[in-house]
Amino acid sequence: MSILRQTANLKWVGIVAVFALALVLPAIASDPATTNIAVFTMMYIGLATAWNIMGGYTGYISLGHAAFFGFGAYALALMLGHLHIAGGYTVFLFVPIAGVATAVLAVGIGWFALRTRAATFVIVTIAFMFMLQLLAENLVGLTGGGGGMSFPVPPWRGGSFNPPYYYAMLTLAAFALGISWWIRRSKFGLGLLAIRDDEDKALAVGVPTRTFKLTAFVVSATLVGMIGAVYGYYVTYIYPQFVVDPLIGISMVLMVFLGGLGTLSGPVLGALILEPAQLSLAYNFGASRLYLVLYAAVFLLVILLLPRGIVPSVTDLLVRWRSRTGPTAPAPAKALNS
Amino acid sequence: MTLVLEAAVLGVLTGGVYALMASGLTLIFGVMRIINVGHGALVVLGAYLSFAASRSLGLDPFLTLVITMPVMFLLGVVIQTIFIRPLRTDREALSVLVTYALALGIEGLLGYFFSANYVQLKAWYDTASFPIGGFRITYVYVFGFVLCLGILGVMFLVLYRTTFGASIRATMLNRTAAQLIGIDVDRVSAVAFGIGMATAAAGGVVFGITTAFNPGSHYDLISRLLTIIVLGGLGSLRGAIVAALIMLVSEDITAVVISPVWATFVFFVILVAVLLVRPQGLYGVRVRDRL
Repeated sequence: MSILRQTANLKWVGIVAVFALALVLPAIASDPATTNIAVFTMMYIGLATAWNIMGGYTGYISLGHAAFFGFGAYALALMLGHLHIAGGYTVFLFVPIAGVATAVLAVGIGWFALRTRAATFVIVTIAFMFMLQLLAENLVGLTGGGGGMSFPVPPWRGGSFNPPYYYAMLTLAAFALGISWWIRRSKFGLGLLAIRDDEDKALAVGVPTRTFKLTAFVVSATLVGMIGAVYGYYVTYIYPQFVVDPLIGISMVLMVFLGGLGTLSGPVLGALILEPAQLSLAYNFGASRLYLVLYAAVFLLVILLLPRGIVPSVTDLLVRWRSRTGPTAPAPAKALNS
Repeated sequence: MTLVLEAAVLGVLTGGVYALMASGLTLIFGVMRIINVGHGALVVLGAYLSFAASRSLGLDPFLTLVITMPVMFLLGVVIQTIFIRPLRTDREALSVLVTYALALGIEGLLGYFFSANYVQLKAWYDTASFPIGGFRITYVYVFGFVLCLGILGVMFLVLYRTTFGASIRATMLNRTAAQLIGIDVDRVSAVAFGIGMATAAAGGVVFGITTAFNPGSHYDLISRLLTIIVLGGLGSLRGAIVAALIMLVSEDITAVVISPVWATFVFFVILVAVLLVRPQGLYGVRVRDRL
């Protein structure tokens, strides 16, 4: 089993190194174009990690997480508007409250959506996303409808505009990773994995499947809602179609699949690769619609060539390589990731 | 009252078109256990193909189907073979991503060739109408309804009266068992995907005459089609037809009685209410572990 521990150690060294680099990044690369990419990449690291807690651990694929993203943004905008909070660092203190509001919504949606399984669950989550988008558009008195909602104007200008958001996103991403790590090691996480492998058998051996699924769903949605709130404040003006955006919902899913479904580092890796790639594609080819074609091609290649994601494939390769060269063949690592 | 009746009639007529598009989608799900998120994009692709054919050849939009349906069928066989067949593990989840990528690719290509401007298919019957019982009905809705009913009829005949149809239904019931009794499920899957795309082409023509569309129109379409097949029960053709009618009639009546902006919302409420009682949808079968 030493190979497993070794790869686990490698993973930890990697995470610590990436985290250290993440902390000092705005000091190293301070021009706004770079920090802008950094804000969005950090945002997707958080989103993909949060989505993975539900989709990766329990196997319930939600394509509607953009609903919670948008709801968090609207919740924050509404709170700030009604309490007349001025722009500045205080705004970030309200992000957890937006998270609590999202959690309440997620309990309701999750309670209902988790009555269904597999493909039906996927589609029900899409339906809820469009329902929320419609509500944001139609409840004009509350949300401003298609005209959108504005946030208080932030006091930061020029080069100092992006860093506060970057650190807010970093905090949330680290928080999400911490939760994801803890769940993966806990009995609760073991129950979630059992649900993914065979829900009926899990129930039969005493895993409280309904409570576990709902808890994972709410935790995942709450994190996404808080990240959405920070995003709203960052873009300062939100519209129903751009904040409850199916593309945001599917992007986080793709990142998890690219990195490795149900792994801890996979979502981070997926976001680190895909978000800068997506932004540069949009930047270089955004004028023509061809950027969509290129993005789709990347998308297809990833899924057809690496259906299990980078982390599980590389781990497998390492194990196989070690078992061929090493003195004794280690036990297969399949049970962990398959 | 006349208004409500008019809305109901219109709902049934347009419901027929959605029934055709949704049956293609539910057939694909039934045979391959994949959620084709790209189905809306396929409908839009069909509409654009008809648009190009009618403009360059001067054909009537409905007549272009003679060309577009076979083309879309073949394209479907190719797409299934290249992109769907290699998916062996975690099919349901991965298929969502693959077909979503296909939708994005189609949207991008259409945008490149036709620009993002809205277009609409033209024909003499697109605005001409006839009076019936105190209100007027535009011809295209009737023609579209008849066309879709006809294609649905042919589809049911193939499924229930031919040997190949029997192998499609066998694959829908149990893929492994079908394979065991010697059915070439890969071939069945490819043909089913082709049929799904051909019906999308037919739906696309009617959609393109009644609605102005652009390459991005597929998001709205797919959200409707997916909710229809979930309400009907995944993999159930009858369910897809009934659910499509429920959706369009409820939408049109809501638009008249309450307000157009709440039309789709009411359907979502119906969906939620039905799924609360029957999580497997109206005609769905509840199977252990797979719903």
